[in-house]
Amino acid sequence: MFPNFNDPFAAMTALQRALESRLESEWIGASTSGAGSYPPINIFQQNDDFVAVIELPGVDKDDLQIEAKESTVRISGKKTPNYGGNASVHRRERLFGVFDRTLSLPVQIDADAIRAEYRDGLLALFIPRAASEKPRSIKIN
Amino acid sequence: MADQEVQVQQKREVEKKQESTIPLRSFLPVSDIFETDHALNVVLEMPGVAKENVEIGIDNDVLKISGRIDIAKYEGLQPVYTEYNIGNYSRSFQLSNKVDQDGIKAELKDGVMTLVLPKSEKAKSRRISVN
Repeated sequence: MFPNFNDPFAAMTALQRALESRLESEWIGASTSGAGSYPPINIFQQNDDFVAVIELPGVDKDDLQIEAKESTVRISGKKTPNYGGNASVHRRERLFGVFDRTLSLPVQIDADAIRAEYRDGLLALFIPRAASEKPRSIKIN
Repeated sequence: MADQEVQVQQKREVEKKQESTIPLRSFLPVSDIFETDHALNVVLEMPGVAKENVEIGIDNDVLKISGRIDIAKYEGLQPVYTEYNIGNYSRSFQLSNKVDQDGIKAELKDGVMTLVLPKSEKAKSRRISVN
């Protein structure tokens, strides 16, 4: 899919284009969990399974809850500033508060086998497809 | 404050002075800047940037911070649904106060970069007593 991973510029450009082309695609569009709520989510397919990459900079790992059942994944938590008081503000752009978002995937997932990793402000959820969803080869007798 | 819901912020792209030959997009990290008695604090959100991929410099009172993301992690992943784009981060600020460049401290945690720029002695505000 990204033909030349040895050339970082070409790879980045290809990745940015690929992300752009799938922007708010219909893939989960029909479900109730529409786009636009926090946190923003990108979903990728990796072989048969899925990887959701969620931007959550500045959220403490302990303030993050992830629940999964059937084909939904719920991500909730809070983002709180860790600034001391007594500061005069020059510029304020970062937003803080609570969030709670449910993601419904259009496929059955194996909720027990979801793996989560949080690093550098990115939450990655490795979501395996349910065994019943996986294609089986059918033998001809 | 604590119960307020977080809103999604659209990423702002870095405005380039020249057009580059490659259509690479980079983004402005969302930033807070606040001043304490001794220092100017700059806080930038750069999700996906690891410690070793950050560059900080001051030139002519302009503070420049850039962070590169690691796209190797995306190898073999095919996007099916996306809500945001990714790219390197870059942002510059004109510093109004003189800072002690040697005393700058930087910390990167959970994708948030915190810079503490200590004010140089002469830039610290003094209490003026009336005789």
